[in-house]
Amino acid sequence: MNIDPNIVEDAARELYIRALKVLPPDIKAGFDQLSERESSETGKAVLGTMIRNIAVAEDTNNLLCQDTGVPIYNVTIGRNVDFDGATLKEAIRKGCERATKEHPLRSSVVHPITRKNEHTSTGIRVPVIHFDFSDQPDEFRLEMIPKGSGSENNSWLRMAIPAEGIDAVKTFVVDCVLEAGGKTCPPTIVGVGVGGTSELCVHMAKMAATRPLGSHCEDPEGRKLEEELSAVVNKLGVGAQGLGGDATAFAVHVELAATHITMNPVAVNMQCHSARRASAQITADGVSYGF
Amino acid sequence: MAHHDITTPVTEETVRSWRVNDTVTLNGTLFGIRDATQIHMFDRGRTTRFDLNGHAVIHTAPNVRKVEKSDEYPAGYAPVCIGTTTSARMERFSRPLMEQYGVRMIIGKGGLLDDSLKAFQDLGGVYLAIVGGTAALETTWVEAIEDVDLDDLNPESLWKFRIKGFGPLLVAMDSHGDSLYSHVREEGARRRSDVLAALGVAAK
Repeated sequence: MNIDPNIVEDAARELYIRALKVLPPDIKAGFDQLSERESSETGKAVLGTMIRNIAVAEDTNNLLCQDTGVPIYNVTIGRNVDFDGATLKEAIRKGCERATKEHPLRSSVVHPITRKNEHTSTGIRVPVIHFDFSDQPDEFRLEMIPKGSGSENNSWLRMAIPAEGIDAVKTFVVDCVLEAGGKTCPPTIVGVGVGGTSELCVHMAKMAATRPLGSHCEDPEGRKLEEELSAVVNKLGVGAQGLGGDATAFAVHVELAATHITMNPVAVNMQCHSARRASAQITADGVSYGF
Repeated sequence: MAHHDITTPVTEETVRSWRVNDTVTLNGTLFGIRDATQIHMFDRGRTTRFDLNGHAVIHTAPNVRKVEKSDEYPAGYAPVCIGTTTSARMERFSRPLMEQYGVRMIIGKGGLLDDSLKAFQDLGGVYLAIVGGTAALETTWVEAIEDVDLDDLNPESLWKFRIKGFGPLLVAMDSHGDSLYSHVREEGARRRSDVLAALGVAAK
């Protein structure tokens, strides 16, 4: 299968706008579950407003949240796919830029030192583009995540040591949730990276925070840890918007990587309640959009 | 837990009568302000021609469309999506906003900290919590972008919105030293050891 960069550019444009407007069904279901269980009156009202906003965004064809985020594109390429890597990256960048100018969207991206905004949602190394490869024949999947800053500003890495054991990991997650309070726009998906190297650990926390509700860590120990943490996170009293109550998080997700004999790294990254993502499958027959 | 439906600006007396857990709906004028706006106003000596006295500011940087100036779009901007950002980054600007510009209400999400709470007590102000991430809904409460200042900082300009039925917003920090966020922080610290125990960790 040959990948046409024009199709990728159009898909990259479309995905940014789609992601900003329609929440995935798993997140909508997550809201329903949290609402049913909420015991605080304030919490119920806040969740009710969030649910109403999802409907207003769809009815008025508007963005769910003003924060257009830092654009992230995850590309998964299967077997027997022909593409030119450099052209592909350029196509994604152009699509992101076109979405910003043509919709128009607020460009939330600035130079880190001059703070200059080019009003393109792009800049040095942004959009963030990750490539991965699958063993599926003729697969080309493009996922777009607009990562909001409220949740992204609350990201942590701790290079714990082996003597501190798994207790250090659990304590760190609990303390990050408490420290974040309402700043991350809870209810969140709490993403936890365990193991790896420092940058891999932080990357895994982001992968965990942005994967669908109902998905699980592939490693049985990781899955056990995410179940344990998910069971207690809503007992901390932070609540929706940090105003108190039960709905602190939809879930805690964990991703693991092997690590060094001397290391015990843990990272936390959170996804806000506007847990936006959209994806496109590009095949020889055309493009199909989903979440 | 009273509800207050008001038109801006408001007096110090009015704001001081509000208590945590009251709700407020605003009408009239609302100013949008953000990190860069306040860095330029308070660190780089810039000023605004707007009169913020007795008014509300919201921590925002909206999505807008540039259009021809008209009665409908007096500032040459059409609102696309107007929402709210995390307030805590702008903590150190609460007092100067109130002292130098007479601002009475700060609208945001996630809460402000102790210095702001002290400023609300000393000077007569409140923090009104909006539900963050609900910008599509919030946009329906904005009638027009009436004016804009410091627009070289776009989208972090100083925006003047005309609003109707903006709320209900929750009084989350009042002028009597009460803050819902302090309650939640204290409660979280209290529950931490039970949660860690449930995870099989001895609390330190």
